[in-house]
Amino acid sequence: MDIYLPIANLSVNALVIILLGGGVGVLSGMFGVGGGFLTTPLLIFYGIPPAVAAASASTQVTGASVSGVFAHMKRGGVDFQMGGVLVVGGIFGTGAGAAIFEILESLGQIDTVINILYVLMLSSIGGLMAKESLTSVLAVRAGKPVAAAKRRHHPLVANLPMRWRFYRSGLYISPIAPLILGFITGIMTMLLGVGGGFIMVPAMLYLLGMGAQVVVGTSLFQILFVTMASTMMHSLTTKAVDIVLAVFLLIGSVTGAQIGARLAQRMRPEYLRLFLAAIVLLVAIRMALGLGWRPDEIYTLQAL
Amino acid sequence: MIRFFVLLILLLPISASAQNVPKLVPDVSQRQINIQSGFTGAEMLLFGAIIYPRGVAPEGQVDVAVVLRGPMRSVTLREKQKIAGIWVNADSTDFRSVPAYYAIASSRPLNQIVNSKTAAIYELGLDRLQLSPSGEVNATEQRRFVDGLVDLNRRNGLFRQEAGTVEITDQVLYRARLNIPSSVPVGVYTAETLLIRDGRVIVADDNVEVRIRKTGFEQLVTILAQDYALLYGAMAVLVSLLLGWFAGFVFNRL
Repeated sequence: MDIYLPIANLSVNALVIILLGGGVGVLSGMFGVGGGFLTTPLLIFYGIPPAVAAASASTQVTGASVSGVFAHMKRGGVDFQMGGVLVVGGIFGTGAGAAIFEILESLGQIDTVINILYVLMLSSIGGLMAKESLTSVLAVRAGKPVAAAKRRHHPLVANLPMRWRFYRSGLYISPIAPLILGFITGIMTMLLGVGGGFIMVPAMLYLLGMGAQVVVGTSLFQILFVTMASTMMHSLTTKAVDIVLAVFLLIGSVTGAQIGARLAQRMRPEYLRLFLAAIVLLVAIRMALGLGWRPDEIYTLQAL
Repeated sequence: MIRFFVLLILLLPISASAQNVPKLVPDVSQRQINIQSGFTGAEMLLFGAIIYPRGVAPEGQVDVAVVLRGPMRSVTLREKQKIAGIWVNADSTDFRSVPAYYAIASSRPLNQIVNSKTAAIYELGLDRLQLSPSGEVNATEQRRFVDGLVDLNRRNGLFRQEAGTVEITDQVLYRARLNIPSSVPVGVYTAETLLIRDGRVIVADDNVEVRIRKTGFEQLVTILAQDYALLYGAMAVLVSLLLGWFAGFVFNRL
């Protein structure tokens, strides 16, 4: 079933897009991540122009995170105050991201930068995740209890001025730290089409020191609003949001997410994390090889 | 269609007989190509008749070349080079007149039917396109970029050159099929037919225009995205939110 994408200006197989969305959806349902970090590279491998891939993937992440936000809100898992600060930072981040995008595009380096950022981000996150999950898998095998990480915020965060009380998160810290965190993920959402949950969650836990019960909900809350901002920003600047592509991705991913959530209940969490780490590292390796190998086509065209 | 051709052959020689130069009566299978949701590309038939003075075909072989050409545009071509172990865009050059689409078909290979001077004048063949490169003065560098541009467009299916695909019947009727990929840019295209004999272009006709455009939903989406960006962005967000919410709602009921 072929479908013409009016913004990407090419025809794709709708089934491939739905399956791609579905596959990413299963993973996102299993791990509670948006899955943008897989969608964008896979769309690029499939031949969608990088800008359209990143813009439409961020639109898709909005839809993929809605029901999660509602679910976490119902059980009080969202710190709206913290979420609000993160969103404000994130919206400024998408603005900065748009400016960076434009500069890089006029220099002709946007694709390379997207690729390098992906490799750096995925290999470091994947590496950390693999290490952490391997340790816990080995600990479980040996029958030892896993020592819970001590909850405290990073000294750099503690030294920032102007502290606020974040009651739900159980924190008394300066809002500057989450503002910066939101800003950075906002830039990433704009450039890479990722929600940034897999950076946000560890940063919330280990840098800010937030309570684990509100981390995932608040991160989803932030992702929901920042991907919305990023879709608007892409529509206004790069004009690369392909609504048809986003809808087909969503059809797959929302279905896949429900399947994934059900699968996750039957699996051991530390094996699940190891599995995710392996996938993340595989994507990183594939992208790194793509940078180093001689590309099939060394020329690219840009209309003036 | 056969009846149409018969009619052409019977009627038109009378009106053309006054001149000594043959006349071309070209046409295309579609004057308009509509890009809609199921569009996977198109096949265009370029056909027509050659009307000779006094209705007599000359001795020897005649050849026909047909060209379908898209609107001109200015582009920047970037070239990747390996720097510090990775392939990055390093060099670039601008071209001021690159056709968005260019396909040429001929009855025999071009170098057998026209000399290089004629080929250059009529821009016959992918290696004869006048792309107006700017900024690069070194001739070898320029050649490299031109070759790169042609190669890139060839791979994308936007530049094509086919020999032996124009069929000529009885020296009078000709037809050729050209493929158009789904990634074809919109705009007004020109179909040109050239009658070639003894290495020279005897007559050329480029009066047939083909309009390629998006219609219906695809046109609406493109217009919204281009001219009503704020509304389009809001719609994309809303559609995404609704789909996500609806799916969560449905699956919670299951």
